[in-house]
Amino acid sequence: MKLTKLTAALCASVAMPAMATELEVTHWWTSGGEAAAVAELAKAFDASGDKWIDGAIAGGGGTARPIMISRITGGDPMGATQFNHGQQALELVEAGLMLDLTDVAEANNWKEIVYPPSLLDACTVDGKIYCAPVNIHSPEWLWLSNKVYEDIGIPVPKDWNEFVATAPQVEAAGKIPLALGNQPWQSNLAFGAMQIAVAGLDAWKAVNVDKNMDVAAGPEYAKVFQAAADARKLAAKSTVQDWNQATNLVITDEAAGQIMGDWAQGEFQVANEVAGKDYTCLPGLGLNEYISTGGDAFYFPKLDDPEKEAAQKRLAALLVSPEVQVAFNLKKGSLPIRGDIDLSAANDCMKKGLEILAGGNIVPSGDMNWNPDVQKQAEDLMVEFWKSDMPAEEAQAKWVEILKSGL
Amino acid sequence: MADASMTRSAAMAGPRGAKPRKTLSPRNIMLYGTLIVVCLYYLLPLWVMVMTSLKGMPEVRLGNIFSPPVEFTFQPWVKAWKEACTGLNCDGLSRGFWNSVIITVPSVVLSIAIASVNGYALINWRFKGSDIFFTILIFGSFIPYQIMLYPIVILLREAGIYGTLWGLVIVHTIFGMPILTLLFRNYFSAIPEELFKAARVDGAGFWGIYFRIMLPMSLPIFVVALILQVTGIWNDFLFGVVFTKPDLYPMTVQLNNIVNSVQGVKEYNVNMAATLLTGLVPLVVYFVSGKLFVRGIAAGAVKG
Amino acid sequence: MAEARGRARWTRNISAKIAAIPMIATALVVFLGGTIWTVVYSFTNSKLLPKANFVGFDQYERLWATSRWTISIQNLMFYGVMSLVFTVVMGFILAVLMDQKIRHEDTFRTIMLYPFALSFIVTGLVWQWILNPQFGIQGVVRDWGWESFTFDPLNNPQTVLYGLLIAGLWQGTGFVMCLMLAGLRGIDEDIWKAARVDGIPTWKTYVVVIIPMMRAVFITTLVIVASGIIRLYDLVVAMTSGGPGGNASQVPAMYVYDYMFQAQNLGQGFAASTMMLLSVLIVLIPWAYLEFGGKKHG
Repeated sequence: MKLTKLTAALCASVAMPAMATELEVTHWWTSGGEAAAVAELAKAFDASGDKWIDGAIAGGGGTARPIMISRITGGDPMGATQFNHGQQALELVEAGLMLDLTDVAEANNWKEIVYPPSLLDACTVDGKIYCAPVNIHSPEWLWLSNKVYEDIGIPVPKDWNEFVATAPQVEAAGKIPLALGNQPWQSNLAFGAMQIAVAGLDAWKAVNVDKNMDVAAGPEYAKVFQAAADARKLAAKSTVQDWNQATNLVITDEAAGQIMGDWAQGEFQVANEVAGKDYTCLPGLGLNEYISTGGDAFYFPKLDDPEKEAAQKRLAALLVSPEVQVAFNLKKGSLPIRGDIDLSAANDCMKKGLEILAGGNIVPSGDMNWNPDVQKQAEDLMVEFWKSDMPAEEAQAKWVEILKSGL
Repeated sequence: MADASMTRSAAMAGPRGAKPRKTLSPRNIMLYGTLIVVCLYYLLPLWVMVMTSLKGMPEVRLGNIFSPPVEFTFQPWVKAWKEACTGLNCDGLSRGFWNSVIITVPSVVLSIAIASVNGYALINWRFKGSDIFFTILIFGSFIPYQIMLYPIVILLREAGIYGTLWGLVIVHTIFGMPILTLLFRNYFSAIPEELFKAARVDGAGFWGIYFRIMLPMSLPIFVVALILQVTGIWNDFLFGVVFTKPDLYPMTVQLNNIVNSVQGVKEYNVNMAATLLTGLVPLVVYFVSGKLFVRGIAAGAVKG
Repeated sequence: MAEARGRARWTRNISAKIAAIPMIATALVVFLGGTIWTVVYSFTNSKLLPKANFVGFDQYERLWATSRWTISIQNLMFYGVMSLVFTVVMGFILAVLMDQKIRHEDTFRTIMLYPFALSFIVTGLVWQWILNPQFGIQGVVRDWGWESFTFDPLNNPQTVLYGLLIAGLWQGTGFVMCLMLAGLRGIDEDIWKAARVDGIPTWKTYVVVIIPMMRAVFITTLVIVASGIIRLYDLVVAMTSGGPGGNASQVPAMYVYDYMFQAQNLGQGFAASTMMLLSVLIVLIPWAYLEFGGKKHG
């Protein structure tokens, strides 16, 4: 009896891997929390009888993407790969290198459950669906050190305007008002956050969705550039490179605030800071509580192997399923791509994000609105603008020219 | 003044002279003094790295980078070696170590072998057009690797070796070839041609002269080539990850994953430990191969 | 008769020709072929994937209208000249010092070489810490009581390239020293004996006799250092991200990679790399002419 059980168990353990289809999955989630989140995906995939072969490559778009694209065009593609929401994989889809997931999407009713729908739109080319969205990250957050304001004896600002108004007092106390790292994307992120906060939703949509260049050159956006020009003075004394060093200035109460994405929360957590007590988070800079829905999706390169193709489709369905969405996003600290699930275990700042999401106060991310070339040029401009004394009018004029190149 | 004392004593001892007996001569004080000051420049960042790698993260955040740790911990080293996660696989750098060895050894041997023969042929067996090929090769040494990524992918795909170990070895050989060929060619050019002619008269052929005369006379340059290639190939990340599969990823893929995460918490102490650990293999090669940095023993032997 | 001679000429040096096949294949197929491929696609509007959709000189017009690119070139020229001079001079002096029959040569050499083995990403980070005004050298000296001490090269557009230079030299001079040392060791002992017999002072022997004899080694060094400078990328990314003041430490390779892979604009990236390769060619062709034109070996 015991023996047969053992034999059966042995058989099962030997037979299982032979049955399972191996899929190599590439992504750039490698830091502690990210890796834990990926582990949830892999666990679920392995539990469903297949095998997740992990191909993590750190460094984000700049490092990982050329590698992924080389592999796909070199004729040795992986089973699935991460890209950001938006146009990054568009040409690969157009070249016929990616697997059509429309049947999976229809079978699982993605059109109804994926929220916001813009995420699925970003996956759609010529009416067919080519990717499975997995999470939402938003960059429009202002992080504040409560202690800096307590020491000065003034209340913690509730929005960007108060933050700017109190900046002289912060500076007089010998602190840096605004921490900003020198990496180019950080300047661009700060400007993006100020766009929607200062110009308001209508102007933002006119420029980024309807591509109205008159608005981009108009007075609402002149205010944005003026606000950014004021903000760069507040960041003049910030001398760090990496975003997390800038966050650390807020954690150690050297700086009063930082504009950074929701991932900054991880740094506060690791430093044992408590939201509301040690630090304050203001989505949409406290002015317009809108967040943009950036984040990640998985694409599946075409493989000449029906077994693998079936496994790819199983994985795609799994990524969007409610259990995986909950497990993954709690570990990742990002927001789920469907509104019908319960994330009661989320912390305060994440809950704020969930509320905004549930309220529908969301806009598509830059990756969805503009192609990478326009974004990179805008980034170059923002770096020059934030770190020099270029007049606001000049920056605005140049910015409009860059946007026009992407029309 | 410094110059004068240096010159005078150096002239007496000379680099080839007997070992100076007095250890505290002005010459030695100058010599070792300079070397030690220079070494401080080289060691300062290393000190910061080692100290940081022995601190816990709370202490690193306090930010005195030069101070030794209040509480020593080897945890970052342990973590870097066998716990740091690369996505799912939480076995640190150890995971890719043998892959790196498997990639580095054939790549280094093949690239040095081919390049040394190239250099020899270019100097002693010139044929029509050889200079043109050499010039193109030198031009190639200036091309940034990333630019060549797509053409190489196409070439390997057409050759049917994309995604294999040999594909990667060939890529390393190709990109090592310009500098190494230059290295060997220019070194061989300094070897007196009479040696070569005498061997020809004795009836030695292409390979005979290469193995019996050129090779033994060129130990220092082989060491330089070895240093260059071991460092370059051991530290390569881009080719290793583009041209192989996850089960053959070199250690640098894990290193990159540890130090190069864009979003997420940065553990500087583990980063430092991982970097130092990865650098250990080249370091051992530097130290051991240093013994071959000898002055022309073979030259004397041949002339005998 | 003519045919026989023809075959004789072809089979002359046959071993050498066979041995050179890998080199010829690499030179023609990879480097020449790859370069032509790059140049051809620089005239297209390729985005993520290379596509033969030709747009004339559009990419070049945009390239030269971009301030980031023109500043990058100026930065690289300044950094390149400084780096070349300092690396060669420091490398040679260190090699001479190492060649004085010193004790613990292995240890000294390994210390100087060790930076060569470390990844730029992390060493860049460490140098950035050391040069940081708050917790680096400036902070320490101020803690000692010298309150007005200022040493903050990385946050000043005027000095940022020197900051990069400090780290770049730290990384690269050790290897150049080894190269020079190998050159010194390759010089015949009889030369030194003859110089001593003639009573020529050591420093003069180095300058008048040894350096000219090491011409080939110097050329090797120049090519290696120069190719490293052209490809300068990781160090800048790790230490300054191209800043401060926006573009004060931008370099061309960074522009190429950013536009090829982040902006997904291959055409623009290829146009920029074609300009880089063209400038290399302008330096290389006169050199090749001097090296090979006219005089023959032996």
